[in-house]
Amino acid sequence: MTRHLLSIDDLSTADIEQIFTTAAEMHDVQQREVKKLPALRGRTVINLFFEDSTRTRSSFEIAGKWLSADVINLSAKGSSASKGESLRDTVLTVTAMGVDGLVVRHGASGAAEQISRWIDVPVINAGDGTHEHPTQALLDGYTLTRKLGSLEGKHVAIVGDLTHSRVFRSNIKCLAKLGATVTAVAPPTLMPAGVGDWSRTAGFATSYDLDAVLPEADAVMMLRVQRERMSGGFFPTAREYTVGYGLTRDRLAVLKPGTPILHPGPMNRGLEISADAADAIDSVVLDQVSAGVAVRMSVLYHLLAGEETK
Amino acid sequence: MPAQQTPKAHDGTASGRVVLDAGDISRALIRISHEILERNKGAEDLLLLGLHTRGVPLARRLAENIAAVEGTTVATGELDVTMYRDDLRSHPTRAPHRTQVPAGGVDGKTVVLVDDVLYSGRTIRAALDALSDLGRPAVVRLAVLVDRGHRELPIRADHVGKNLPTARSERVSLRLVETDGEDEVRIA
Repeated sequence: MTRHLLSIDDLSTADIEQIFTTAAEMHDVQQREVKKLPALRGRTVINLFFEDSTRTRSSFEIAGKWLSADVINLSAKGSSASKGESLRDTVLTVTAMGVDGLVVRHGASGAAEQISRWIDVPVINAGDGTHEHPTQALLDGYTLTRKLGSLEGKHVAIVGDLTHSRVFRSNIKCLAKLGATVTAVAPPTLMPAGVGDWSRTAGFATSYDLDAVLPEADAVMMLRVQRERMSGGFFPTAREYTVGYGLTRDRLAVLKPGTPILHPGPMNRGLEISADAADAIDSVVLDQVSAGVAVRMSVLYHLLAGEETK
Repeated sequence: MPAQQTPKAHDGTASGRVVLDAGDISRALIRISHEILERNKGAEDLLLLGLHTRGVPLARRLAENIAAVEGTTVATGELDVTMYRDDLRSHPTRAPHRTQVPAGGVDGKTVVLVDDVLYSGRTIRAALDALSDLGRPAVVRLAVLVDRGHRELPIRADHVGKNLPTARSERVSLRLVETDGEDEVRIA
């Protein structure tokens, strides 16, 4: 297994399968009265978040605590980063306290990788800019595997604001390793630049026509429209976005029965996903959240519990 | 239990000397099944918990033996102790096996931990910790097919198939039909 988890590229298909096997066991532990395993007893994990996050941070926090690690949350707001300290100084200061693992979220793409070169402890990327969010892709893949069995030959549609989405970038890599085929659907303005060449090498298809893709899909992943990363001009109105690319009640009807609907959250209800779709019987949004804890326990265990890999 | 071992035809192969063959293993398991019943005064509240990997099929075989004698089914389960081991840091991590206990849980049960070979006792220490996270059994006992000695912790088995005096340098390999295609204990 890899020393750092910075990108899905760090994992082989066998690694991903091993993470899923462990996650399934962790899932069982979540159902127990005593939700605690001693695997990381005496280890300290720091969640270093330079961007707002509720679910990812608390998911990592619970995962670490259920493995008996001491978990400390540091957010950039109220830390010395807001007093002008450089990223390198912040990271070196934090690790000098004697931590065993660092979970990092940062607004700049590549931040986690840069940090992993400065310090000597395993770094887990919890989202870096518009680059990658590997544990999100792992929990999505795990959720889909639980629903559909093997993903070999399954067709997943990923829909929405792909330009700004690190979830999309991690997911196409992870789904490809699991044997699924992916169609990326977005309005032309939110399709990443140069996606044509990229999709040919990475082996996924692109489409501007959601209605043509939905009836063929074995799973639909709706991504959040990230208004905080937009400087305007990507689509005329929210209403127009919904008409073209929202998972509306009408579009639900064209899905094959039992097609799981995923959303990494937080959802913009009424924009990219209708309340009917979010609360549909086939919506696995809450399964994703509980899978998130199990998968992060698995990742923390595999990266931090064993013999040190240099 | 056979009083002495007669050398077997495939003695002396590269993988060592056979000390228990299929018949010996079967007889030892039947005896242990009877001992468990005798000790527990029947099959009531009994839960046979196999430790991965080879304790799991052994627990099932004991349960079958007990069912044949008593005419009642005995609950079985599986326990994985990976996360509780004290040597996690000295190996690369591996995915844990399934831990499965019957719906009624372990509370108030007579739990018999079943393992293949008892050696340092560290696996059993881990199993006792894992068990206490699952609940509070009334009694915990230990059944092993082979006790090879060299304990590093104050742990002993209640039911032993075969006491096998060994040197630390020797290797005991236990093979079962379910996991390895044949029943056999070898020493090398």
